Amino acid sequence: MEVLFQLAIFFILLALGYLFGRRAESKHYQQIFAREDQLRHIVVLNQRFPPPGMLAHRTDMVCGNVVISVDYFKTVVASLRNLVGGNISAYESLLDRARREAVLRMQEQASLRGAETVINLKFETARVSGNAGRAIGSVEVLAYGTALIGPGK
Amino acid sequence: MLISNIEIIPNMRVVRHLGLVQGSTVRAKHAGKDIMASFKNIFGGELGAYTELLQESRDQAVARMSEQAQAIGANAVINVRFSTSAIAAGASEILAYGTAVEVIETGK
Repeated sequence: MEVLFQLAIFFILLALGYLFGRRAESKHYQQIFAREDQLRHIVVLNQRFPPPGMLAHRTDMVCGNVVISVDYFKTVVASLRNLVGGNISAYESLLDRARREAVLRMQEQASLRGAETVINLKFETARVSGNAGRAIGSVEVLAYGTALIGPGK
Repeated sequence: MLISNIEIIPNMRVVRHLGLVQGSTVRAKHAGKDIMASFKNIFGGELGAYTELLQESRDQAVARMSEQAQAIGANAVINVRFSTSAIAAGASEILAYGTAVEVIETGK
């Protein structure tokens, strides 16, 4: 009886994770695409030195971070994948979303300050522990760089 | 205090290198929010409380770093890097480090 009860809980969690996780992900992706279009005028480079012609610009450090959580369905899919090996696409899309969101937030901060370009972009990824045991519970992605602000801004 | 993650500051010249400065902070979230986070682990999505927490701690780490830089007579910190590590369940350390320098405007 107890086994059945636990099994039922497992499947409920799985279904909830699948439904809400899918919805959250597709909504988030739509938002990301829209905002990326809006912020395309802020060029993000990962070179260390300002491009020629921007040597007189003021600099300011900008950063954006985001913590994104996996859903139960992804956790289960990933642990099954661990048995056979291979790409864990459930986690790939999670990290892709987190990274793009972090860059977008950084670009938003840069655009608030009137910057045209962000150089020396660095990423930093960390696992937020304290939940979900050994599997990745939530990941934090930080994107930071130096914004070049044109004269007169 | 000028803070930059590139090695130069446009229009400025480094006159003195003062060495490495760093600032760090270890923070934990209170249990209530941890429970909310574990619910989020079922549904997926962004953890706003954690995003905020880490942003705040990063600001504090940078503030501590610039305090240290100021104490040794620097007016800018260049080549700043961030690093994060989970040191215990529910707590994470955030470190900001960079090179403290004294800069002057190139015209002068």
